[in-house]
Amino acid sequence: MKRRTLLATGAGAAMAAALGLPARAQDKTKVGFIYVGPINDGGWTQHHHHSALEMVEHFGDAVELVYQESVPEGPDAERAITQMARGGADIIFTTSFGFMDPTVNVAANFPDVKFEHATGYKQADNVSVYSARFYEGRAIQGTLAGRMTKTNKIGYIASVPIPEVIRGINSAYLHAKKVNPDVEFKIIWIFEWLNPAKEADAAKALIEQGCDVVLQHTDSTAPHQAAKEAGNVYTFGQAADMAEYGPMPRISSIIDNWAPYYIERVQAVIDGTWTSVNTWDGIAPGMVGIGEISDAVPADVKAEAEALRDAIAAGEYHPFTGPINKQDGTPWLAEGEIANDGDLAGMFFFVEGVEGDIPS
Amino acid sequence: MDINPILLLAALMVASTPILLAAIGELVVERAGVLNLGVEGMMITGAVCGYIVGHGTENPYFGFVGAAFAGAALSFVFAALTQFLLTNQVATGLGLTMFGLGLASLIGQGATGSSDLIVGKLNLPIISDIPVIGRILFQHDPIVYVSLLLVAGTWWFLSKSRAGLILRAVGENHDAAHALGYNVRLMRVLAILFGGACAGLAGSYISLVRVPQWIDGITSGAGWIALAIVVFASWNPWRLIAGAYLFGGVTVLQLNLQAEGLKIPTEYLSMAPYLATILVLVVIRAGRAPGSLGKSFHPSS
Repeated sequence: MKRRTLLATGAGAAMAAALGLPARAQDKTKVGFIYVGPINDGGWTQHHHHSALEMVEHFGDAVELVYQESVPEGPDAERAITQMARGGADIIFTTSFGFMDPTVNVAANFPDVKFEHATGYKQADNVSVYSARFYEGRAIQGTLAGRMTKTNKIGYIASVPIPEVIRGINSAYLHAKKVNPDVEFKIIWIFEWLNPAKEADAAKALIEQGCDVVLQHTDSTAPHQAAKEAGNVYTFGQAADMAEYGPMPRISSIIDNWAPYYIERVQAVIDGTWTSVNTWDGIAPGMVGIGEISDAVPADVKAEAEALRDAIAAGEYHPFTGPINKQDGTPWLAEGEIANDGDLAGMFFFVEGVEGDIPS
Repeated sequence: MDINPILLLAALMVASTPILLAAIGELVVERAGVLNLGVEGMMITGAVCGYIVGHGTENPYFGFVGAAFAGAALSFVFAALTQFLLTNQVATGLGLTMFGLGLASLIGQGATGSSDLIVGKLNLPIISDIPVIGRILFQHDPIVYVSLLLVAGTWWFLSKSRAGLILRAVGENHDAAHALGYNVRLMRVLAILFGGACAGLAGSYISLVRVPQWIDGITSGAGWIALAIVVFASWNPWRLIAGAYLFGGVTVLQLNLQAEGLKIPTEYLSMAPYLATILVLVVIRAGRAPGSLGKSFHPSS
């Protein structure tokens, strides 16, 4: 075969492959996921991925799953999302706060592709946003933490300073304070969602300073390992149950359950009924799950935490119910007043009693 | 104040050990005139291999040895490419980092989970019980002392032994060393293998002692810090300890200061380890780079 003929044949084959892809994509709904961490991080990304697989199981052959792991937040995310949209995805879920602007930018170039951004607030005609009311779970963690601590020092490994993380700190603090007026929160920011080495160092620093309960808003199980080594420290699973660390140090967890939402949204794409929505669900619809409270917790404390969970699920109690003052002492919510979603979504202040400043 | 200076100093030694291990290996490589930018890749490959071997054999020490072999094996790829095929060392080293990150991720599929391996802490009668000093210096895992012995051994090797002098000659001027009849390539390959083994060991220290578990990207840039510290320590083993401990110390200190709720913006605290290390090492800096650093060598020239 002459070289020119070979090249022509190769080009032809490549073209056929390129043309063939979209043709095949038409019978299947192609669902894309952009993850911030690896799918085996043990926490946040792993649970998004599990929910995605549950969704695929639900639809069987009707959908095709594509995903990209460990996409950095920032400009590179835009490239990854664009690539997925060009690859023929019908709907793309971008599952980290930092993908917000990239998602909106790419969505403008692909009006026919549906986008779903987790934990953000920027909507467009083809961009929905969805998140879970993790602060409801934090209220239960705070209650448990306040009851379980003996040193009255509670450590908190915070990730990136955004409203979601700040809401969690405030909610946990308010409820720990409610059951134990002497508690003090020690907060360490690591400015990343997933960095096991830093998370381990932060947990060790907190434990060495006398914290015997460590809460985390980061994705790995490294803090649990540090607590296990220390022996008498309690932790909570984050995003995933992390049950392998129970009954000690892990005494409960917040579990993210995205599968029902993913199934509902992909169904909407298949039916052609997809519209841009803003979803923010909590314990009641099951988007936030509270992991089994372990035997390390005394029965009365466990009952108290479960009662709080049920009250929140029933809509009888809202974790942000006044009177609540801001950190500087100015009033935020009056007696009996309940925070509105707008205030919660943009929350960028600590409540009274939390020490330290929010990094800007 | 809740900061306990004794615990802080003890934590400092643990936090610094992976950087020190990787850096001492790279120091020998660079003294032999080779610039291997693949430290991060060899470290993370060592981290995953150490974790798997350690858990497979239920003995962390086999894990450390396995990690050192894995690091050395990966560095052999670098040695073959740069010493025999004379590829550009900077590009090959960067490639090795990317390759190592991907390879580790591949090997590590399914290797996640909690770790029950316990690396015992040193517990000497009398010495470990000395107040203050005993807690700071003599209650660590053995690898901390291995890293310090490696530094001392490297210093002795480079300044006192004949082989060390040949290695330095190779690094300073490979043409002259070649003319004197020394085997430049052999020396360099051995140095690269040593560097790889140290980087692998450093990685396994993170996945078996410091965190300890396997997760993608667990070394999170420690290899690059090690590279920087070698340069700022002006290729001197003793200064390397100062650099690594300073970096580890400020890292641990800044976490403690944050927990303390200090009125310094956390952004400044987070950059403090990098700033402090650069500042101090630039101030004490005195040496210069090995003369043939990063240059390719072929015996025919």
